[in-house]
Amino acid sequence: MSLWEYANPKRFMGWTRPVLPWTFALAGLCLAVGLIWGFFFTPDDFRQGSTVKIIYLHVPAALMAINAWIMMLVASLIWVVRRHHVSALAARAAAPVGVVMTLIALFTGGIWGQPMWGTYWAWDPRLTSFLILFLFYLGYIALWEAIEDPDTAADLTSVLCMVGSIFAILSRYAVLFWNQGLHQGASLSLDAEENVADVFWFPLLVCIAGFVLLFIALVLMRTRTEIRVRRMRALEARMRRA
Amino acid sequence: MPDLGTYAVEVLSAYAVSIALLAAIVGLSWRRYVRVRAALERVEKND
Repeated sequence: MSLWEYANPKRFMGWTRPVLPWTFALAGLCLAVGLIWGFFFTPDDFRQGSTVKIIYLHVPAALMAINAWIMMLVASLIWVVRRHHVSALAARAAAPVGVVMTLIALFTGGIWGQPMWGTYWAWDPRLTSFLILFLFYLGYIALWEAIEDPDTAADLTSVLCMVGSIFAILSRYAVLFWNQGLHQGASLSLDAEENVADVFWFPLLVCIAGFVLLFIALVLMRTRTEIRVRRMRALEARMRRA
Repeated sequence: MPDLGTYAVEVLSAYAVSIALLAAIVGLSWRRYVRVRAALERVEKND
């Protein structure tokens, strides 16, 4: 069977129904373990003090804010190339989750920045591109709501998503090629010397797993809702014509 | 409760707001999921 058949609306509703509760349960478990471990059972950092505990929220949320947009970009490209309705609906479903992840990253970053940098906000390249990404999320959701025809909405939001991807990529890499901002480099790296210490790294990995699973669970649930809304509108239109 | 020292307000507010936002998106998504499912069932019955 082709991979695309799993994205057929009927088949998608079939395979996601048993997967959804398990994904939510695993997400809840990882988040509970990671956050409790990080909050209660890790030491303070010698420079950052107890504010290091904010890393367990900030890093996974920022990671998901960027990756949610990348997922929306892939889904939008699939829509543009293959006209696959479920992919357009999945992109739409992911946007509000991405907004929440971006908000958490911005808020926790600001609240950490005040004691560490002496300011809640700076027009640093990474922070600014992140704020623009947040505005793109809002614009993307508004565009879906503003256009009545779903296919036209999917076309236009796909274009917006492609443009916004520049800021998603900038949010991730601005710190590397604009060497003038306050924001430090990545907290996670495959290079052991650049990585955070193991005592912070392991609970952080569990939190990241929790955020990824929660994102997947929410996108699956919200996509199922969008498919049902689409079916309901089609049935209502048919009843009106009859 | 760990001793958060002088940064207790910052750390606790970061956790409180983040958990509230996560709970809000889960709660709102679930509420819409249930409502739309019930509405579709009604429409399918009338069809």
